[in-house]
Amino acid sequence: MSAVTIDSTRCKGCELCCRVCPQGVLRVAKQINTKGYFPAEVGDGTLCMGCCMCAVVCPDVAIEVRVHGVHYDFLGQ
Amino acid sequence: MTGGEVVFSRPESLRRTPTHYCPGCTHGTAHRLVAEVLDELGIRERTVGVAPVGCAVFAYNYFNCDFLEAAHGRAPAFATGVKRVRPELIVFTYQGDGDLASIGLAEILHAANRGEKFTVVFVNNAIYGMTGGQMAPTTLPGQVTTTCPGGRDVEQVGYPLRVAELLATLRTPGYIARGSLHGPEAIVASKRLVRRAFEHQVAGTCFGLVELLSTCPTNWGLTPMAACQWVVDRMIPYYPLGELKRPESATGQVAS
Amino acid sequence: MGCIMIFSGSEAAAKPRKLLMKGAEAIGEAAIRAGAKAYFCYPITPQTEVAEYLARRMPEVGGVFLQGESELAVANMLFGAAATGARVFTSTSSPGFSLMAEAMSYIAGAELPVVFINVMRCGPGLGGVLAAQSDYWQATRNSGHGDYRCPVLAPSSVQEAAELTLAAFELADRYRNPVIVLADGMIGQMMEPVMLEGLAAGEPVEKPWATQGCGGREPVVVKSLYLDPQVLERMNRRLAEKYAKMQTDEVQVELYNVRERHDLVVVAYGTMARICKTAIDRLGKEGLQVGLVRPITLFPFPVDAVHSAARHSAAGVVTVELSQGQMIDDVNLALGELGRSAFFGRSGGMVPTPDEVTRVFRDLVKRGAA
Repeated sequence: MSAVTIDSTRCKGCELCCRVCPQGVLRVAKQINTKGYFPAEVGDGTLCMGCCMCAVVCPDVAIEVRVHGVHYDFLGQ
Repeated sequence: MTGGEVVFSRPESLRRTPTHYCPGCTHGTAHRLVAEVLDELGIRERTVGVAPVGCAVFAYNYFNCDFLEAAHGRAPAFATGVKRVRPELIVFTYQGDGDLASIGLAEILHAANRGEKFTVVFVNNAIYGMTGGQMAPTTLPGQVTTTCPGGRDVEQVGYPLRVAELLATLRTPGYIARGSLHGPEAIVASKRLVRRAFEHQVAGTCFGLVELLSTCPTNWGLTPMAACQWVVDRMIPYYPLGELKRPESATGQVAS
Repeated sequence: MGCIMIFSGSEAAAKPRKLLMKGAEAIGEAAIRAGAKAYFCYPITPQTEVAEYLARRMPEVGGVFLQGESELAVANMLFGAAATGARVFTSTSSPGFSLMAEAMSYIAGAELPVVFINVMRCGPGLGGVLAAQSDYWQATRNSGHGDYRCPVLAPSSVQEAAELTLAAFELADRYRNPVIVLADGMIGQMMEPVMLEGLAAGEPVEKPWATQGCGGREPVVVKSLYLDPQVLERMNRRLAEKYAKMQTDEVQVELYNVRERHDLVVVAYGTMARICKTAIDRLGKEGLQVGLVRPITLFPFPVDAVHSAARHSAAGVVTVELSQGQMIDDVNLALGELGRSAFFGRSGGMVPTPDEVTRVFRDLVKRGAA
């Protein structure tokens, strides 16, 4: 069981995370943030498998990933 | 959901300050990789960074360690000054392609040739970003910029400079590698290169330079996603990835 | 190369040791005595002997000697080294000094203490390698871009070159500012007896701004970039206050044969001042009263000394330089309502003889009396 959280105030809406998420967890929000960007947001969070691909590609370090139980290190970091 | 084990978060060597970089620009990613390595090697408190002139001019606002702000292209000379006087410090420069490959080519070449024991993070996005998208020494043949509106004409201005290959020919031992920041696997692989370069400095082995292929969606006129694809389609074929030189390949030949 | 002892044998132990040294070497040795930890250089005539001397000496005292790839790189290495809090310096000559101007501006902007020795040769361009004083404007205004100034110290003997080199390090630390020792090719190349015994660094200055790793404290940044105009103007004003303080506190000047009344007052510095002294002594034997004001600090300029000496001079003031006239601008500013200075100068590496200078002074006195 894993969870991804996005700091929507840091997000600049580049959408790189949405593209790389293999589970389609992330999507673009419909509301702009304080910077004026449409930030990424978590859709169906239960699908997250903690692969961290979104966090790895995020240039703004806006994503934090937590894992409960076994963590599968997909990227071999 | 809260609780559980945090498997990914901001490294301590990176401040909370949001960056001024454009959406999708991979400078932020390069910063994070360096910061993660400083954390992992436990060297933040004895590290001095040197910021360039260019988009990364404000790097000192983002890294959580001592910093100098250099004149355009001269970061390797600044770093030489710091490291020679205080060899126990960990010193790195963070430079773009206009800074390092154009105005600062003499400084980087001679620092590498002297075997200065600091680390260079070289961000190559094939364009001048901060001044608004002019031709760089690394701009690809045919690539359109504001100062080569018809595309880079190699008959007029020559071919793009391959800095990593150039430095790899030096006889002085060094660690020279090229990675890319276009996607998760490439970023993780690049992190390993950055870490190795810093490890060589910690061990006092040699000079290290890691060139990171980076995106400039704004000045390339592409979406962040298309810019990442452009790195794969256009940049990597001209700037191949990998370790080009290791200190043990002392002849200056390019390592396989 | 090397030092020749003038005193030897059993007497040497009792008396302070006098060494016969080249100006360039005396400068190098004085810097070591000032506690310089690093010297970066690029060879250029007529001061390469400083580098050759320090290539041997710096390793002996555990210091850093490094020959860089260009004066550009060297001056930027100084920035990095000074940022760690160490006492650092370089030496160069006119064309090399021009290349260092870029970094000097950054060093002044980041408020780093660095000593630059400029042993002037004649210009413009490659010019020649002989002695000149044609970089006065460059040194005293500012060599690089932006609103900054540097103290400029001008020795007129090898002994003074050593003493002012030491003083330059002290000033640099105290004001957190680059300091220039402006010598000419004569001073650099000439051999004279020197006493280095008394030369020692003063109390160390605290440098909490130095980048030495942030262990146990918040990180520090050494920079000259301030994009907010209000912040930058505050910074400019603070720097201006620093330069104003230098003008009140740091003026150094030698008055030679300056009395109540003069037939003529001469303003000259460095080697040129020495030649003028010979001419002044000769004219004294002829019964002419000629006074010399010799600025030791070119910035801050000894405005009051020039003005007060000039008040009672029958034939006014003459500025004498190894150039076509640069310091004369500062002399005229100092004279103010008293009028303008006459000028005599040789350049291109030509150095006037005492005879030539004596004739010039005698003619000026005659014309003043007429």
